[in-house]
Amino acid sequence: MLARRGVRSYLDRMNLSLPFAIVGGAILGLLSSFGQFSRFVGDLIRALTDVRTWGPLTVGQMRRLGVDSLPIALFLSCFTGIVLALQASYTFTGAIPLYFVGALVTKTMILELGPVLTGLALSGRVGANIAAELGTMRVSEQIDALETMAYNPIAYLVVPRVLAGTIMVPLLVIFSNVLGIASGWITSMNVLDMTSAQFVRGSRLFYDSFDIVYCIIKSTSFGLTITVLGCYQGFNTRGGAEGVGIATTRAVVLASMMILVLDAFWALVLLQ
Amino acid sequence: MSIQLRGLHKGFGSKKILRGLDLDVDEGETMSLVGFSGAGKSLTLKHIVGLMKPDAGTVHVDGLEVPTLPREKLFKLRLDMGYVFQFAALFDSMTIGENIAMGLRKKGGMTQAQIRERVEESLALVDLAGFSSRFPQEMSGGQQKRAGLARAIAYRPKYLLYDEPTSGLDPVTTTVIDRLVLRMKKELGVTSLVITHDMKSAYAISDRIGMLYEGRLVEVGTPQEFQESRNPIVRAFVEGEPGLKHDAEEPLPMGGDGAAGKGRKR
Repeated sequence: MLARRGVRSYLDRMNLSLPFAIVGGAILGLLSSFGQFSRFVGDLIRALTDVRTWGPLTVGQMRRLGVDSLPIALFLSCFTGIVLALQASYTFTGAIPLYFVGALVTKTMILELGPVLTGLALSGRVGANIAAELGTMRVSEQIDALETMAYNPIAYLVVPRVLAGTIMVPLLVIFSNVLGIASGWITSMNVLDMTSAQFVRGSRLFYDSFDIVYCIIKSTSFGLTITVLGCYQGFNTRGGAEGVGIATTRAVVLASMMILVLDAFWALVLLQ
Repeated sequence: MSIQLRGLHKGFGSKKILRGLDLDVDEGETMSLVGFSGAGKSLTLKHIVGLMKPDAGTVHVDGLEVPTLPREKLFKLRLDMGYVFQFAALFDSMTIGENIAMGLRKKGGMTQAQIRERVEESLALVDLAGFSSRFPQEMSGGQQKRAGLARAIAYRPKYLLYDEPTSGLDPVTTTVIDRLVLRMKKELGVTSLVITHDMKSAYAISDRIGMLYEGRLVEVGTPQEFQESRNPIVRAFVEGEPGLKHDAEEPLPMGGDGAAGKGRKR
Protein backbone atom coordinates (compact mmCIF):
# COMPACT_ATOMS: atom_id res chain seq x y z
CA MET A 1 0.00 0.00 0.00
CA LEU A 2 2.73 2.35 1.03
CA ALA A 3 4.77 1.37 -2.02
CA ARG A 4 1.79 2.09 -4.32
CA ARG A 5 1.31 5.49 -2.72
CA GLY A 6 4.98 6.12 -3.16
CA VAL A 7 4.81 5.26 -6.89
CA ARG A 8 1.75 7.48 -7.40
CA SER A 9 3.40 10.33 -5.58
CA TYR A 10 6.51 9.83 -7.73
CA LEU A 11 4.40 9.86 -10.93
CA ASP A 12 2.59 12.97 -9.73
CA ARG A 13 5.91 14.64 -9.12
CA MET A 14 7.08 13.60 -12.59
CA ASN A 15 3.96 15.28 -14.03
CA LEU A 16 3.53 12.74 -16.81
CA SER A 17 0.75 14.69 -18.49
CA LEU A 18 3.19 17.49 -19.26
CA PRO A 19 4.54 16.07 -22.58
CA PHE A 20 0.96 15.55 -23.82
CA ALA A 21 0.08 19.09 -22.82
CA ILE A 22 3.11 20.44 -24.65
CA VAL A 23 2.45 18.42 -27.83
CA GLY A 24 -1.28 19.16 -27.70
CA GLY A 25 -0.59 22.86 -27.17
CA ALA A 26 1.82 22.93 -30.11
CA ILE A 27 -0.70 21.21 -32.42
CA LEU A 28 -3.48 23.57 -31.35
CA GLY A 29 -1.16 26.54 -31.85
CA LEU A 30 -0.25 25.31 -35.33
CA LEU A 31 -3.89 24.77 -36.34
CA SER A 32 -4.82 28.17 -34.96
CA SER A 33 -2.00 29.86 -36.92
CA PHE A 34 -3.03 28.02 -40.07
CA GLY A 35 -6.64 29.12 -39.60
CA GLN A 36 -5.57 32.71 -39.00
CA PHE A 37 -3.36 32.68 -42.10
CA SER A 38 -6.17 31.18 -44.21
CA ARG A 39 -8.54 33.92 -43.04
CA PHE A 40 -5.92 36.53 -43.92
CA VAL A 41 -5.51 35.10 -47.44
CA GLY A 42 -9.30 34.96 -47.81
CA ASP A 43 -9.57 38.63 -46.79
CA LEU A 44 -6.78 39.45 -49.24
CA ILE A 45 -8.60 37.77 -52.13
CA ARG A 46 -11.87 39.52 -51.22
CA ALA A 47 -10.09 42.88 -50.99
CA LEU A 48 -8.96 42.55 -54.62
CA THR A 49 -12.44 43.74 -55.59
CA ASP A 50 -11.82 47.09 -53.85
CA VAL A 51 -9.88 48.47 -56.82
CA ARG A 52 -10.65 52.09 -55.90
CA THR A 53 -8.66 51.69 -52.70
CA TRP A 54 -5.62 49.70 -53.85
CA GLY A 55 -5.43 50.93 -57.44
CA PRO A 56 -3.84 54.35 -56.84
CA LEU A 57 -1.38 52.96 -54.26
CA THR A 58 0.08 50.05 -56.20
CA VAL A 59 2.41 52.01 -58.50
CA GLY A 60 4.02 53.73 -55.50
CA GLN A 61 4.64 50.36 -53.88
CA MET A 62 6.09 49.00 -57.14
CA ARG A 63 8.63 51.80 -57.02
CA ARG A 64 9.36 51.35 -53.30
CA LEU A 65 9.56 47.57 -53.23
CA GLY A 66 10.78 46.99 -56.79
CA VAL A 67 12.76 49.86 -58.28
CA ASP A 68 14.42 50.72 -54.97
CA SER A 69 15.55 47.08 -54.63
CA LEU A 70 17.25 47.10 -58.03
CA PRO A 71 20.74 48.10 -56.72
CA ILE A 72 20.95 45.20 -54.24
CA ALA A 73 19.64 42.72 -56.83
CA LEU A 74 22.15 43.91 -59.44
CA PHE A 75 25.02 43.97 -56.96
CA LEU A 76 24.36 40.34 -56.05
CA SER A 77 23.99 39.10 -59.61
CA CYS A 78 27.08 40.94 -60.84
CA PHE A 79 29.34 39.11 -58.39
CA THR A 80 27.46 35.84 -58.79
CA GLY A 81 28.16 35.91 -62.55
CA ILE A 82 31.86 36.55 -61.96
CA VAL A 83 32.19 33.75 -59.42
CA LEU A 84 30.19 31.32 -61.58
CA ALA A 85 32.50 31.86 -64.56
CA LEU A 86 35.66 31.49 -62.45
CA GLN A 87 34.45 28.39 -60.61
CA ALA A 88 33.25 26.76 -63.85
CA SER A 89 36.62 27.27 -65.49
CA TYR A 90 38.38 25.95 -62.34
CA THR A 91 36.15 22.81 -62.40
CA PHE A 92 36.37 22.22 -66.16
CA THR A 93 40.16 22.64 -66.49
CA GLY A 94 41.54 19.97 -68.77
CA ALA A 95 38.44 17.80 -68.82
CA ILE A 96 35.66 19.84 -70.40
CA PRO A 97 35.96 22.43 -73.18
CA LEU A 98 36.12 25.94 -71.81
CA TYR A 99 33.13 27.17 -73.85
CA PHE A 100 30.94 25.15 -71.48
CA VAL A 101 31.54 28.02 -69.03
CA GLY A 102 28.98 29.98 -71.09
CA ALA A 103 26.46 27.15 -70.74
CA LEU A 104 26.95 26.86 -66.99
CA VAL A 105 26.79 30.58 -66.29
CA THR A 106 23.67 31.13 -68.41
CA LYS A 107 21.79 28.04 -67.31
CA THR A 108 22.61 28.42 -63.61
CA MET A 109 21.79 32.13 -63.52
CA ILE A 110 18.41 31.67 -65.22
CA LEU A 111 17.31 28.47 -63.52
CA GLU A 112 18.66 28.85 -60.03
CA LEU A 113 20.94 31.60 -58.81
CA GLY A 114 19.16 34.57 -60.38
CA PRO A 115 15.75 33.81 -58.84
CA VAL A 116 16.91 32.24 -55.58
CA LEU A 117 19.62 34.74 -54.62
CA THR A 118 17.43 37.68 -55.59
CA GLY A 119 14.54 36.11 -53.69
CA LEU A 120 16.62 35.61 -50.57
CA ALA A 121 17.99 39.15 -50.74
CA LEU A 122 14.50 40.56 -51.20
CA SER A 123 13.07 38.50 -48.35
CA GLY A 124 15.50 40.49 -46.20
CA ARG A 125 14.96 43.86 -47.79
CA VAL A 126 11.30 43.80 -48.84
CA GLY A 127 9.89 41.25 -46.36
CA ALA A 128 11.52 42.95 -43.38
CA ASN A 129 10.51 46.39 -44.62
CA ILE A 130 6.85 45.40 -44.99
CA ALA A 131 6.67 43.52 -41.66
CA ALA A 132 8.34 46.37 -39.74
CA GLU A 133 6.18 49.05 -41.36
CA LEU A 134 2.85 47.27 -40.91
CA GLY A 135 3.89 46.01 -37.47
CA THR A 136 4.61 49.57 -36.34
CA MET A 137 1.31 50.71 -37.80
CA ARG A 138 -0.46 47.91 -35.91
CA VAL A 139 1.09 48.64 -32.50
CA SER A 140 0.62 52.40 -32.87
CA GLU A 141 -3.07 51.82 -33.76
CA GLN A 142 -2.68 53.31 -37.24
CA ILE A 143 -4.36 50.23 -38.75
CA ASP A 144 -7.26 50.63 -36.30
CA ALA A 145 -7.43 54.30 -37.30
CA LEU A 146 -7.74 53.30 -40.96
CA GLU A 147 -10.61 50.99 -40.07
CA THR A 148 -12.42 53.64 -38.06
CA MET A 149 -12.30 55.87 -41.16
CA ALA A 150 -14.06 53.13 -43.13
CA TYR A 151 -11.00 52.00 -45.08
CA ASN A 152 -10.45 48.30 -45.57
CA PRO A 153 -6.88 47.99 -44.25
CA ILE A 154 -6.24 44.86 -46.30
CA ALA A 155 -7.18 46.70 -49.51
CA TYR A 156 -5.27 49.81 -48.45
CA LEU A 157 -2.08 48.28 -47.06
CA VAL A 158 -1.77 44.63 -48.10
CA VAL A 159 -3.07 44.38 -51.66
CA PRO A 160 -0.80 47.11 -53.12
CA ARG A 161 2.27 45.54 -51.51
CA VAL A 162 1.43 41.99 -52.58
CA LEU A 163 0.65 43.04 -56.15
CA ALA A 164 3.77 45.19 -56.32
CA GLY A 165 5.98 42.35 -55.06
CA THR A 166 4.38 39.78 -57.32
CA ILE A 167 4.90 41.97 -60.38
CA MET A 168 8.29 43.47 -59.53
CA VAL A 169 10.24 40.46 -58.24
CA PRO A 170 10.17 38.63 -61.61
CA LEU A 171 11.28 41.85 -63.32
CA LEU A 172 14.13 42.26 -60.85
CA VAL A 173 15.13 38.64 -61.43
CA ILE A 174 15.21 39.21 -65.20
CA PHE A 175 17.49 42.22 -64.71
CA SER A 176 19.63 40.14 -62.34
CA ASN A 177 19.91 37.34 -64.86
CA VAL A 178 20.96 39.72 -67.62
CA LEU A 179 23.62 41.36 -65.46
CA GLY A 180 24.82 38.04 -64.00
CA ILE A 181 25.27 36.54 -67.46
CA ALA A 182 26.92 39.73 -68.71
CA SER A 183 29.38 39.80 -65.80
CA GLY A 184 30.16 36.11 -66.38
CA TRP A 185 30.69 36.86 -70.07
CA ILE A 186 33.04 39.78 -69.37
CA THR A 187 34.97 37.70 -66.81
CA SER A 188 35.32 34.84 -69.30
CA MET A 189 36.76 37.16 -71.94
CA ASN A 190 39.09 39.09 -69.66
CA VAL A 191 40.22 36.55 -67.08
CA LEU A 192 39.73 33.13 -68.70
CA ASP A 193 41.07 34.00 -72.16
CA MET A 194 37.84 32.91 -73.82
CA THR A 195 36.47 34.69 -76.85
CA SER A 196 33.04 36.21 -76.96
CA ALA A 197 32.06 33.68 -79.62
CA GLN A 198 33.06 30.79 -77.34
CA PHE A 199 30.92 32.11 -74.48
CA VAL A 200 27.93 32.64 -76.78
CA ARG A 201 28.38 29.17 -78.27
CA GLY A 202 28.33 27.67 -74.79
CA SER A 203 25.30 29.74 -73.77
CA ARG A 204 23.32 28.56 -76.79
CA LEU A 205 24.32 24.95 -76.32
CA PHE A 206 21.69 24.01 -73.72
CA TYR A 207 19.44 27.06 -74.03
CA ASP A 208 15.73 26.35 -73.91
CA SER A 209 13.13 29.14 -73.99
CA PHE A 210 11.21 27.23 -71.30
CA ASP A 211 14.03 28.17 -68.91
CA ILE A 212 12.80 31.78 -69.02
CA VAL A 213 9.20 30.69 -68.37
CA TYR A 214 10.39 28.54 -65.47
CA CYS A 215 12.41 31.44 -64.04
CA ILE A 216 9.44 33.83 -64.27
CA ILE A 217 7.00 31.35 -62.67
CA LYS A 218 9.45 30.67 -59.86
CA SER A 219 10.28 34.31 -59.17
CA THR A 220 6.60 35.32 -59.30
CA SER A 221 5.88 32.77 -56.57
CA PHE A 222 8.82 34.17 -54.58
CA GLY A 223 7.48 37.72 -54.87
CA LEU A 224 4.03 36.60 -53.75
CA THR A 225 5.43 34.63 -50.82
CA ILE A 226 7.75 37.39 -49.57
CA THR A 227 5.05 40.05 -49.61
CA VAL A 228 2.20 37.91 -48.26
CA LEU A 229 4.32 36.65 -45.35
CA GLY A 230 5.67 40.14 -44.64
CA CYS A 231 2.16 41.60 -44.63
CA TYR A 232 0.76 38.75 -42.54
CA GLN A 233 3.46 39.04 -39.90
CA GLY A 234 3.22 42.83 -39.79
CA PHE A 235 -0.55 42.80 -39.70
CA ASN A 236 -0.65 40.38 -36.77
CA THR A 237 2.04 42.05 -34.69
CA ARG A 238 1.30 42.16 -30.97
CA GLY A 239 3.05 44.16 -28.27
CA GLY A 240 5.37 47.09 -28.76
CA ALA A 241 8.84 47.40 -30.24
CA GLU A 242 9.65 43.82 -29.25
CA GLY A 243 6.60 42.58 -31.14
CA VAL A 244 7.69 44.48 -34.25
CA GLY A 245 11.16 42.90 -33.97
CA ILE A 246 9.68 39.42 -33.65
CA ALA A 247 7.34 39.97 -36.60
CA THR A 248 10.19 41.25 -38.77
CA THR A 249 12.46 38.32 -37.93
CA ARG A 250 9.65 35.84 -38.56
CA ALA A 251 8.83 37.44 -41.90
CA VAL A 252 12.44 37.13 -43.10
CA VAL A 253 13.04 33.62 -41.75
CA LEU A 254 9.73 32.21 -43.03
CA ALA A 255 10.09 33.86 -46.45
CA SER A 256 13.67 32.55 -46.82
CA MET A 257 12.57 29.04 -45.87
CA MET A 258 9.57 29.18 -48.20
CA ILE A 259 11.78 30.34 -51.08
CA LEU A 260 13.92 27.22 -50.69
CA VAL A 261 10.84 24.99 -50.38
CA LEU A 262 9.26 26.58 -53.48
CA ASP A 263 12.56 26.24 -55.33
CA ALA A 264 12.47 22.48 -54.78
CA PHE A 265 8.71 22.35 -55.48
CA TRP A 266 8.98 24.03 -58.90
CA ALA A 267 11.97 21.87 -59.83
CA LEU A 268 9.94 18.76 -59.04
CA VAL A 269 6.80 19.98 -60.79
CA LEU A 270 8.24 21.69 -63.87
CA LEU A 271 11.61 20.10 -64.54
CA GLN A 272 10.82 16.41 -64.15
CA MET B 1 -29.66 57.78 -32.50
CA SER B 2 -27.84 56.45 -29.50
CA ILE B 3 -25.29 53.97 -28.29
CA GLN B 4 -26.58 50.99 -26.38
CA LEU B 5 -24.53 48.15 -24.91
CA ARG B 6 -26.23 45.20 -23.26
CA GLY B 7 -24.61 42.36 -21.33
CA LEU B 8 -21.25 42.88 -23.04
CA HIS B 9 -18.66 40.22 -22.25
CA LYS B 10 -15.13 40.17 -23.55
CA GLY B 11 -12.10 38.24 -22.42
CA PHE B 12 -8.71 37.19 -23.67
CA GLY B 13 -7.95 33.63 -22.67
CA SER B 14 -8.65 33.26 -18.98
CA LYS B 15 -8.62 37.03 -18.46
CA LYS B 16 -12.16 38.37 -18.44
CA ILE B 17 -12.25 42.13 -18.99
CA LEU B 18 -15.86 43.03 -19.66
CA ARG B 19 -18.38 41.04 -17.65
CA GLY B 20 -21.87 41.97 -18.64
CA LEU B 21 -21.46 45.69 -19.29
CA ASP B 22 -24.69 47.65 -19.84
CA LEU B 23 -24.23 51.18 -21.12
CA ASP B 24 -26.48 53.78 -22.75
CA VAL B 25 -25.38 57.02 -24.33
CA ASP B 26 -28.37 59.05 -25.40
CA GLU B 27 -28.61 61.22 -28.48
CA GLY B 28 -26.72 64.49 -28.14
CA GLU B 29 -25.35 63.48 -24.78
CA THR B 30 -21.73 63.60 -23.65
CA MET B 31 -20.94 60.74 -21.36
CA SER B 32 -17.60 60.13 -19.71
CA LEU B 33 -16.46 56.65 -18.81
CA VAL B 34 -13.94 56.52 -16.02
CA GLY B 35 -12.19 53.62 -14.37
CA PHE B 36 -8.87 52.18 -13.35
CA SER B 37 -6.24 51.30 -15.95
CA GLY B 38 -7.03 47.92 -17.49
CA ALA B 39 -10.70 48.12 -16.60
CA GLY B 40 -11.72 47.80 -20.26
CA LYS B 41 -12.62 51.39 -21.14
CA SER B 42 -10.75 51.48 -24.46
CA LEU B 43 -12.00 47.97 -25.18
CA THR B 44 -15.56 49.26 -24.79
CA LEU B 45 -14.91 51.97 -27.39
CA LYS B 46 -13.44 49.39 -29.78
CA HIS B 47 -16.62 47.34 -29.52
CA ILE B 48 -18.73 50.37 -30.34
CA VAL B 49 -16.78 51.12 -33.50
CA GLY B 50 -16.67 47.44 -34.47
CA LEU B 51 -12.94 46.89 -34.09
CA MET B 52 -13.69 44.12 -31.58
CA LYS B 53 -16.39 41.50 -31.49
CA PRO B 54 -17.90 40.66 -28.10
CA ASP B 55 -17.86 37.17 -26.63
CA ALA B 56 -21.47 37.77 -25.61
CA GLY B 57 -23.90 40.66 -25.49
CA THR B 58 -25.04 43.27 -27.97
CA VAL B 59 -23.77 46.64 -29.22
CA HIS B 60 -26.25 48.92 -30.95
CA VAL B 61 -25.36 52.24 -32.59
CA ASP B 62 -28.07 54.16 -34.40
CA GLY B 63 -30.30 51.13 -33.93
CA LEU B 64 -27.87 48.90 -35.85
CA GLU B 65 -26.27 45.89 -34.21
CA VAL B 66 -22.57 46.57 -34.80
CA PRO B 67 -21.03 43.08 -34.37
CA THR B 68 -23.33 41.47 -36.93
CA LEU B 69 -23.36 44.28 -39.50
CA PRO B 70 -22.17 43.35 -43.00
CA ARG B 71 -18.84 44.99 -43.85
CA GLU B 72 -20.27 47.59 -46.21
CA LYS B 73 -22.89 48.73 -43.69
CA LEU B 74 -20.29 48.78 -40.92
CA PHE B 75 -18.04 51.03 -43.03
CA LYS B 76 -21.01 53.32 -43.72
CA LEU B 77 -21.77 53.50 -40.00
CA ARG B 78 -18.13 54.22 -39.19
CA LEU B 79 -18.28 57.34 -41.34
CA ASP B 80 -20.79 58.61 -38.79
CA MET B 81 -18.31 58.00 -35.99
CA GLY B 82 -15.13 59.87 -35.19
CA TYR B 83 -12.55 58.11 -33.04
CA VAL B 84 -9.90 60.04 -31.15
CA PHE B 85 -7.10 57.62 -30.30
CA GLN B 86 -5.19 57.73 -27.03
CA PHE B 87 -1.86 58.21 -28.80
CA ALA B 88 -3.31 60.02 -31.84
CA ALA B 89 -2.56 57.12 -34.26
CA LEU B 90 -1.70 59.55 -37.04
CA PHE B 91 -0.37 58.01 -40.25
CA ASP B 92 3.30 58.91 -40.00
CA SER B 93 3.97 58.58 -43.73
CA MET B 94 1.53 61.43 -44.42
CA THR B 95 1.32 65.09 -43.57
CA ILE B 96 -1.26 66.24 -41.04
CA GLY B 97 -3.34 67.67 -43.89
CA GLU B 98 -3.33 64.33 -45.71
CA ASN B 99 -4.22 62.55 -42.46
CA ILE B 100 -7.27 64.73 -42.02
CA ALA B 101 -8.25 64.52 -45.68
CA MET B 102 -8.36 60.68 -45.55
CA GLY B 103 -11.74 60.54 -43.83
CA LEU B 104 -13.14 63.36 -45.96
CA ARG B 105 -12.13 61.58 -49.17
CA LYS B 106 -13.69 58.36 -47.97
CA LYS B 107 -16.94 60.10 -47.08
CA GLY B 108 -16.98 61.71 -50.52
CA GLY B 109 -19.13 64.52 -51.88
CA MET B 110 -16.44 67.21 -51.53
CA THR B 111 -14.18 68.84 -54.08
CA GLN B 112 -10.42 69.10 -53.52
CA ALA B 113 -10.81 72.77 -52.64
CA GLN B 114 -13.57 71.99 -50.13
CA ILE B 115 -11.41 69.26 -48.58
CA ARG B 116 -8.48 71.68 -48.23
CA GLU B 117 -10.79 74.26 -46.67
CA ARG B 118 -12.24 71.71 -44.22
CA VAL B 119 -8.73 70.53 -43.27
CA GLU B 120 -7.65 74.07 -42.42
CA GLU B 121 -10.90 74.73 -40.59
CA SER B 122 -10.51 71.56 -38.50
CA LEU B 123 -6.92 72.40 -37.67
CA ALA B 124 -7.91 75.93 -36.64
CA LEU B 125 -10.50 74.44 -34.28
CA VAL B 126 -7.73 72.69 -32.35
CA ASP B 127 -5.34 75.66 -32.49
CA LEU B 128 -3.14 74.08 -35.14
CA ALA B 129 -3.77 76.45 -38.03
CA GLY B 130 -0.94 76.25 -40.56
CA PHE B 131 0.21 72.79 -39.50
CA SER B 132 -1.28 70.91 -42.45
CA SER B 133 2.03 70.40 -44.27
CA ARG B 134 3.87 69.06 -41.24
CA PHE B 135 4.51 65.40 -40.59
CA PRO B 136 3.40 63.92 -37.25
CA GLN B 137 7.00 63.29 -36.17
CA GLU B 138 7.69 67.03 -36.50
CA MET B 139 5.10 67.80 -33.81
CA SER B 140 4.97 67.45 -30.04
CA GLY B 141 2.84 64.78 -28.37
CA GLY B 142 0.17 67.34 -27.44
CA GLN B 143 0.04 68.72 -30.97
CA GLN B 144 -0.26 65.20 -32.37
CA LYS B 145 -3.14 64.56 -30.03
CA ARG B 146 -4.94 67.69 -31.17
CA ALA B 147 -4.28 66.76 -34.81
CA GLY B 148 -5.87 63.36 -34.07
CA LEU B 149 -8.89 65.20 -32.74
CA ALA B 150 -9.01 67.41 -35.83
CA ARG B 151 -8.97 64.27 -37.99
CA ALA B 152 -11.88 62.80 -36.05
CA ILE B 153 -14.07 65.89 -36.24
CA ALA B 154 -13.23 66.86 -39.83
CA TYR B 155 -15.92 64.76 -41.47
CA ARG B 156 -18.55 65.93 -38.99
CA PRO B 157 -19.51 62.60 -37.46
CA LYS B 158 -22.70 62.10 -35.46
CA TYR B 159 -20.79 60.21 -32.78
CA LEU B 160 -17.42 61.02 -31.29
CA LEU B 161 -15.52 58.46 -29.30
CA TYR B 162 -12.63 59.95 -27.35
CA ASP B 163 -9.97 57.67 -25.86
CA GLU B 164 -8.28 59.79 -23.19
CA PRO B 165 -8.23 63.00 -25.22
CA THR B 166 -6.49 65.04 -22.53
CA SER B 167 -3.99 62.62 -21.02
CA GLY B 168 -0.44 63.96 -21.21
CA LEU B 169 -1.57 67.47 -22.12
CA ASP B 170 -0.78 70.63 -20.21
CA PRO B 171 -3.65 72.27 -18.27
CA VAL B 172 -4.20 74.99 -20.87
CA THR B 173 -4.41 72.54 -23.78
CA THR B 174 -6.65 70.32 -21.66
CA THR B 175 -9.05 73.24 -21.27
CA VAL B 176 -8.89 73.87 -25.06
CA ILE B 177 -9.83 70.23 -25.70
CA ASP B 178 -12.60 70.33 -23.08
CA ARG B 179 -14.07 73.42 -24.71
CA LEU B 180 -13.85 71.76 -28.08
CA VAL B 181 -15.77 68.72 -26.83
CA LEU B 182 -18.46 71.07 -25.50
CA ARG B 183 -18.49 73.02 -28.76
CA MET B 184 -18.94 69.84 -30.83
CA LYS B 185 -21.95 69.00 -28.71
CA LYS B 186 -23.42 72.50 -28.83
CA GLU B 187 -22.83 73.31 -32.50
CA LEU B 188 -23.10 69.91 -34.14
CA GLY B 189 -25.24 68.02 -31.63
CA VAL B 190 -22.65 65.25 -31.51
CA THR B 191 -23.20 62.27 -29.21
CA SER B 192 -19.94 61.65 -27.37
CA LEU B 193 -18.42 58.97 -25.22
CA VAL B 194 -15.23 60.10 -23.53
CA ILE B 195 -12.76 57.78 -21.84
CA THR B 196 -10.80 59.72 -19.30
CA HIS B 197 -8.86 59.56 -16.06
CA ASP B 198 -9.04 63.31 -15.66
CA MET B 199 -11.94 63.94 -13.27
CA LYS B 200 -11.72 67.71 -13.72
CA SER B 201 -12.30 67.26 -17.44
CA ALA B 202 -15.03 64.71 -16.83
CA TYR B 203 -16.90 67.12 -14.55
CA ALA B 204 -16.49 69.95 -17.06
CA ILE B 205 -17.70 68.22 -20.22
CA SER B 206 -20.06 65.45 -19.20
CA ASP B 207 -23.81 65.22 -18.97
CA ARG B 208 -23.29 61.93 -17.19
CA ILE B 209 -20.32 60.00 -15.86
CA GLY B 210 -20.09 56.23 -15.58
CA MET B 211 -17.55 54.29 -13.58
CA LEU B 212 -16.38 51.00 -15.05
CA TYR B 213 -15.17 48.48 -12.54
CA GLU B 214 -14.68 44.76 -12.95
CA GLY B 215 -16.19 44.87 -16.40
CA ARG B 216 -19.45 46.54 -15.36
CA LEU B 217 -20.73 49.99 -14.60
CA VAL B 218 -20.78 50.43 -10.85
CA GLU B 219 -21.97 54.03 -10.85
CA VAL B 220 -23.70 56.30 -13.34
CA GLY B 221 -24.82 59.82 -12.65
CA THR B 222 -24.54 63.49 -13.41
CA PRO B 223 -21.22 65.12 -12.50
CA GLN B 224 -22.80 66.39 -9.29
CA GLU B 225 -24.23 63.00 -8.38
CA PHE B 226 -20.87 61.45 -9.13
CA GLN B 227 -19.07 63.96 -6.92
CA GLU B 228 -21.50 63.26 -4.10
CA SER B 229 -21.44 59.48 -4.55
CA ARG B 230 -20.73 57.45 -1.44
CA ASN B 231 -19.80 54.38 -3.43
CA PRO B 232 -16.40 53.38 -1.97
CA ILE B 233 -15.03 52.41 -5.38
CA VAL B 234 -15.97 55.79 -6.82
CA ARG B 235 -14.59 57.60 -3.79
CA ALA B 236 -11.34 55.66 -3.96
CA PHE B 237 -10.99 56.47 -7.66
CA VAL B 238 -11.91 60.13 -7.41
CA GLU B 239 -9.73 60.73 -4.38
CA GLY B 240 -6.88 58.64 -5.76
CA GLU B 241 -6.85 56.46 -2.70
CA PRO B 242 -4.35 53.63 -3.06
CA GLY B 243 -5.08 50.14 -1.81
CA LEU B 244 -8.27 49.39 -3.69
CA LYS B 245 -7.81 46.31 -5.79
CA HIS B 246 -8.17 47.39 -9.38
CA ASP B 247 -6.94 44.55 -11.51
CA ALA B 248 -9.81 43.62 -13.77
CA GLU B 249 -8.63 40.01 -13.68
CA GLU B 250 -9.18 39.59 -9.96
CA PRO B 251 -12.70 40.45 -8.91
CA LEU B 252 -13.72 42.00 -5.68
CA PRO B 253 -16.70 40.38 -3.99
CA MET B 254 -19.47 42.69 -5.13
CA GLY B 255 -22.42 40.97 -3.55
CA GLY B 256 -24.93 38.75 -5.28
CA ASP B 257 -25.90 41.13 -8.09
CA GLY B 258 -22.57 42.83 -8.48
CA ALA B 259 -24.15 46.00 -7.15
CA ALA B 260 -22.14 49.04 -6.38
CA GLY B 261 -21.15 49.97 -2.93
CA LYS B 262 -19.99 46.61 -1.70
CA GLY B 263 -16.37 46.88 -2.72
CA ARG B 264 -13.84 45.56 -0.28
CA LYS B 265 -10.97 47.71 0.86
CA ARG B 266 -7.72 45.97 1.52
